[in-house]
Amino acid sequence: MTAVTLSGIVKRYGGLLAVAGVSLDIRDGEFVVLVGPSGCGKSTTLRMIAGLEEISEGEVLIGDRVVNALPPRERNVSMVFQNYALYPHMTVRENLGFSLKIAGADAATVAAAVDDAAAILALGDLLERRPAQLSGGQRQRVAMGRAIVRRPDVFLFDEPLSNLDAKLRSQMRVEIKKLHQKFGSTVVYVTHDQVEAMTLADRIVLMRDGVVVQVGTPLELFDFPADAFVATFIGSPPMNLVDGVVGEGDGGGEVIFADSSRLPVPVSARGGVSAGRRVLFGFRADSLMPRGHSVREEGDVVSLRLAVNLTEPLGTETLLFTEVGGAEVQGKMFNPRPVVAGEVLDFCLLLDRCHLFDAETSAAIRV
Amino acid sequence: MTAARAREKTRAERTHRRRRLALRLLHFAGLFVTMCVICLPGLWIVLNSFRPSVEILAKPPDWTPSFTLEHYRAMFGGAGEGGVPVFRYFRNSLVISLSSTVIAILIGMSGGYAFARYRFRAKNAYFVGLMLFRAVPGVALSLPLFIIFARVGIIDTHFGLILVYVAMNVPFTIWLTDGFFRQIPRELREAAEIDGCTKWQAFWRVEFPTARAGVASAAIFAFLTSWNEFALASQLTRSAESKTLPVGLLDFTAEFTINWGGMCALAVLMIVPALVLTFLVQKHLISGLTFGGVKG
Repeated sequence: MTAVTLSGIVKRYGGLLAVAGVSLDIRDGEFVVLVGPSGCGKSTTLRMIAGLEEISEGEVLIGDRVVNALPPRERNVSMVFQNYALYPHMTVRENLGFSLKIAGADAATVAAAVDDAAAILALGDLLERRPAQLSGGQRQRVAMGRAIVRRPDVFLFDEPLSNLDAKLRSQMRVEIKKLHQKFGSTVVYVTHDQVEAMTLADRIVLMRDGVVVQVGTPLELFDFPADAFVATFIGSPPMNLVDGVVGEGDGGGEVIFADSSRLPVPVSARGGVSAGRRVLFGFRADSLMPRGHSVREEGDVVSLRLAVNLTEPLGTETLLFTEVGGAEVQGKMFNPRPVVAGEVLDFCLLLDRCHLFDAETSAAIRV
Repeated sequence: MTAARAREKTRAERTHRRRRLALRLLHFAGLFVTMCVICLPGLWIVLNSFRPSVEILAKPPDWTPSFTLEHYRAMFGGAGEGGVPVFRYFRNSLVISLSSTVIAILIGMSGGYAFARYRFRAKNAYFVGLMLFRAVPGVALSLPLFIIFARVGIIDTHFGLILVYVAMNVPFTIWLTDGFFRQIPRELREAAEIDGCTKWQAFWRVEFPTARAGVASAAIFAFLTSWNEFALASQLTRSAESKTLPVGLLDFTAEFTINWGGMCALAVLMIVPALVLTFLVQKHLISGLTFGGVKG
């Protein structure tokens, strides 16, 4: 059971700054997901924890040991790679037992550990096969089996599900979560997929351009994004953002959009902005709903009459594309009925779930 | 109507089938001619080694087959009967080829691995330089080599030839193994290191076995190059102490005559080990040569 601490770690490749000072306290047994667009430094950060990448500056602690100078084998971590990295010349059994064999465990111990891991991951029938004879999902399980055989202090996952199809991916997501519940080990998981991040993480670390943008529980990031980037990265569909300028108005001001339409300043920013400031008005699709098909119509709600341009039925709900303040936005219709393009509906916008971001810095404005 | 259409259809099918058959026959005929061109000299050598000298030299050629082992008997016989020190030559060839192959593979594999895995200054220049070295014809080097070897005193020694063959084979081995190591995902080594291996263990337990096919084919090529090399060996060897089999062939030439039968018999003896070796590892060789096209 081990905590992982990163303090100001930096990675430079020549003149290129890949990771620009990441500090993070990962608690013992916590499932932390590093997420961000490609090239944001999340994989490099993980590789520095694993010892596969030298650390240019800063310190990595696993437990209370500074591991900067330790080779991977002395860090007691295990890692699952995106391309599985199974040893092609060994059978599944040999792949699973390799780490214990290297560590000098006797044959009986290795066999017991392998059988144990195989039972957990339902690999019993595949033990004598070679990786080339396995499907993608099976290879993924073997890679995970290889990681759990050693009972390491920390599990590291580097985009482990990216090579699987959508159905398998959601199955494996559940398995990973179950494994974490069973072993309770510390997990650091890298992905570019925000759905994986939301569903798996105890805490999400959202990175961009080598720095951490926001750290928090999935719902914290979803409900209180630190800036417009977080707001559009987390959640599907991404948050609607409409350009506007703060104007005078009764009860805390209003936002004036390019097409001269206006909306009151959201509850969270009321009293926090002065007139003339350029802002982004943000709200999620499920905060803009047609009346009669919404989750809530009372409270701090604004009514809007909007024409629907396009619909995307998803079964339990339908996404409605419309325009607010001159920008295309998406709303959501719960318990949907058929809607034709061009139809005009009465919408309600939940003001207490809207956000305001500074247009220049993109930082959230909250009071 | 439908019956007519069906007839039409079967006729079309028949012509199609005939055309395919004709194409196949043509294909085989072409293959046969090509294989004849390639195999006939070899076959001629084998046949001549079993024919009396009179028949070999007969004009017009004598097509009636006859069989004799006289050339083999003479070759293994004493010096007076036209014999040559076959076993000495064979041993020289074996010692020189095997040791130069082993050394070239060890050096070449390390080099290939370094080129595939590490970044260092002037890497491309080194690589191109190695390949350019391959472009120099070996014979052009024979005189300078002879002079240097004579000065150093390693003319007519196993060591001298081994040195030359290692130098000849290393660039090619580097080039070949570099390609193989490049194909192995870096993550395999990383996974091994996380699983507890040192860098050295990761190489020998994971990367080397994965690239085995490539290393095997590089070894075969190096071995065959050394085994068959004639030009340099003929300059750098003098006596039965160091002469290799290809140089030994010259023993059958006298001032005015050439003992074709004896030469063919020795040539057969040379071909056999190479052939056996190639057969033994041909699976590796082919999978080695087509490694890039096949996804593991």
